[in-house]
Amino acid sequence: MADFFNIIFSVDFGYAVLRVTTPILFAAMGALISDKAGVINIALEGMMLISALTGVIMSALSHSAGLGLLGAVIVGALVGMVLAYFALNLKTDVILAAIAINLIAMGGTVFVLFMVGGDKGISSSLASKVLPRIDIPLIRSIPVLGPILSGHNILTYLAFLSVWVMYIFIYRTPLGLRIRAVGENADAADSVGISVRKIQYTALILSGALAGFGGAYMSMGYVSWFSKNMTAGRGFIALAAEAMGGATPHGAMFTSLLFGMFDALSNSLQTLRVPAEFIQMIPYLATVIGLVIYAANKTEQIKRIQAHQNREARKGAQEVKLL
Amino acid sequence: MQTDFLSMNNITKVYPNGIVANDGVDFSLRKGEIHALVGENGAGKSTLMKILFGLEHPEEGEILLKGESIHVSSPNVAIEHGIGMVHQHFMLVPSLTVAENMVLGSEPRRGIYTNIKKAESETLELSRKYNLTVEPSARIRDLPVGIKQKVEILKALYRGAEILILDEPTAVLTPQETKELFEELHLLKEKGSTIIFISHKLHEIKELCDRLTIMRNGRSQGVFNVADVTEKEISRLMVGRDVILEVDKGPAAPAEISLKVRNLTVVNDFGKNAVNNISFSLRKGEILGVAGVEGNGQGELVEILTGLQRINFGSVEIEGENIAGKTIKEIRNLGTCHIPEDRMTYGVAETLDIEQNLLADKHDSPRFTGKILTRPKVIRENSLKLIGEYRIKCGSPLEEVKMLSGGNIQKVVVAREFSSDPKLIIADQPTRGIDVGATEFIRKRLVELRDEGSAVLLVSADLNEVMELSDSLIVMYNGEITAFIEDVRSLSEEELGLYMLGIKKQTDGEIGRALHV
Repeated sequence: MADFFNIIFSVDFGYAVLRVTTPILFAAMGALISDKAGVINIALEGMMLISALTGVIMSALSHSAGLGLLGAVIVGALVGMVLAYFALNLKTDVILAAIAINLIAMGGTVFVLFMVGGDKGISSSLASKVLPRIDIPLIRSIPVLGPILSGHNILTYLAFLSVWVMYIFIYRTPLGLRIRAVGENADAADSVGISVRKIQYTALILSGALAGFGGAYMSMGYVSWFSKNMTAGRGFIALAAEAMGGATPHGAMFTSLLFGMFDALSNSLQTLRVPAEFIQMIPYLATVIGLVIYAANKTEQIKRIQAHQNREARKGAQEVKLL
Repeated sequence: MQTDFLSMNNITKVYPNGIVANDGVDFSLRKGEIHALVGENGAGKSTLMKILFGLEHPEEGEILLKGESIHVSSPNVAIEHGIGMVHQHFMLVPSLTVAENMVLGSEPRRGIYTNIKKAESETLELSRKYNLTVEPSARIRDLPVGIKQKVEILKALYRGAEILILDEPTAVLTPQETKELFEELHLLKEKGSTIIFISHKLHEIKELCDRLTIMRNGRSQGVFNVADVTEKEISRLMVGRDVILEVDKGPAAPAEISLKVRNLTVVNDFGKNAVNNISFSLRKGEILGVAGVEGNGQGELVEILTGLQRINFGSVEIEGENIAGKTIKEIRNLGTCHIPEDRMTYGVAETLDIEQNLLADKHDSPRFTGKILTRPKVIRENSLKLIGEYRIKCGSPLEEVKMLSGGNIQKVVVAREFSSDPKLIIADQPTRGIDVGATEFIRKRLVELRDEGSAVLLVSADLNEVMELSDSLIVMYNGEITAFIEDVRSLSEEELGLYMLGIKKQTDGEIGRALHV
């Protein structure tokens, strides 16, 4: 048990939480923007996977991490556009189309990896690049906090910046206003001449681009290679984080951090003598438990109010009997 | 001679399913008038207005605005030409503020941001100019229906509407709100707006409008000065025969209690007491009206009585049996029938045919079901009988329900519900949005069933209906009963309005008479 606490209350653990939260946070922002526009994007998982591979291949071919990132984001956006085309033009169910994309990504990335790198598991034969880490001069020297906050990959900072950008975008800009209107009452938006399809296209493309950032981080920051199914459900965890966060940018950030913490925990605990399979289960278990608590809490709130009302009503009932 | 400001000439619209909604319709507007458009459901008035607003495209005909031919291909084009529409179902986004809803789609900007300050000041300015008082920073979801409607009107004006189409604007308003709306519309008219007023309520048209166009079966029946025609003449032109709008009914002969509600409380999903400790009884052979502005607990009350929702506190007895824990089917087996408010969701399965819908509550009755298979002959006989009895206008019992007009769909619901020998009838907005002919028919049936000894609970937002049809009346406000009127004939519309708005409330003793103990 002492080992356990030593792990949790260490600077390394704090650093690790931010490190593993990054891809979840990007994907959660991607979930948020599509949710706001009323077209929930459950293809985030597949989009991240495709972008992760794209980043590795692009950076290996161009010898530039920046171009790798650009490629990953553009491809993420393109997959978002494909999803939009299926859902909005061809009127397929957005969930089914997204499942198809996830499945294609799962097998397709392995196929492409084998074509390009000659290996079905890992991209070690490709000389891919990694995005730079950033040391923040002043913050670096603060005790405890410094080592937690400084020295992260540039995308980690970008992920947390994206929360703020997303907030401004959704709540302060005309396009954000239109996205919210479309998501809540598409007929109302339509009646004032807003093209619902255009807005939902925009949202899904942005959602894909954000997943692209998350994917690029996976293969060009978190680790320096692409491996089969490396996103390991983070796209789905992000969907849960977005829902539990109450569909707000800051809420989604906090729940992403929470899930990130469990993810980091499963990484750190592998040094203990607990079966690895059990520990690897932790992030997903945490997601399920998190959603249960979230749902139960909501029901509980209603019940509490009901109980209170019933007491009041009983009092009222006695008064009526007295009449 | 005044020239026409807008004219629609020889408009013909045929829907893909072959229904001719508009057949060579002429319609014209003079500048600055309030022009009523009346007709039964399915008469084609909605289609005509959708064409004017660019939501539908006619096969033939032309639209002239100020003498020039215009092609309205979308609502955007309509808005550019100064045509605005206030839909029956509000086109507002609940979580946004009034100002945000106002400017949606043409937002003022400051850099990359939405200029909310400007949006709010423009909203305020416009609301002062037309005396339509709204609070720009309030969220739509917190506003009552009457205010939402003002926002809708302002929204159209903000986009420069000179012609305003109002689709049954008074359907959801209290008498007081209606009066306010009429004053506002008069002011709009003085300031130069031209208004098209779609309504079923003839006395409102008499009170408000200058001219009217009557439609029937997709054709215009002519244009009249409102002052020159009587309500009777209008309704005759609408339905093609004389309609008795007053319900012809004798005094009620109430017998024993059928429905007993005691201290009923319903908590909704938001933790609010939607129904707050109400008690009343309903006797056989009487019609008890439930009046009130929509959303004051009537919906929840009906859901409880029909078993759609669980009881939180209190008791409900139907025919002497407590319904707590009973399923919808068991409640129905006690002799309850239900005409739901939302007929498309709860009343019918729209993609099934008429016959299947008529059978929906009797599918397991031995009369229609053999040991293994259903008995198609008996079922067909039953459908034909009901279609005839209830005058459902259709080609065959195998027609899909969604192809019927609103009034005929409601007749399918009513035919099914009334044909199971009901002891207790829960009628929730039984004639909402349906034509005069079907309305008259359904009201008559309700009175007949009352006279045959059924107990009828009539929930309606249509004041005329509750006042005409009910024997006694309870008024709901904010989940509570604010008044019990033993004899509806003694009640004035104004007084009813005060109870509905919660301004006036009877004493507990007076309300307690509703228990009939």
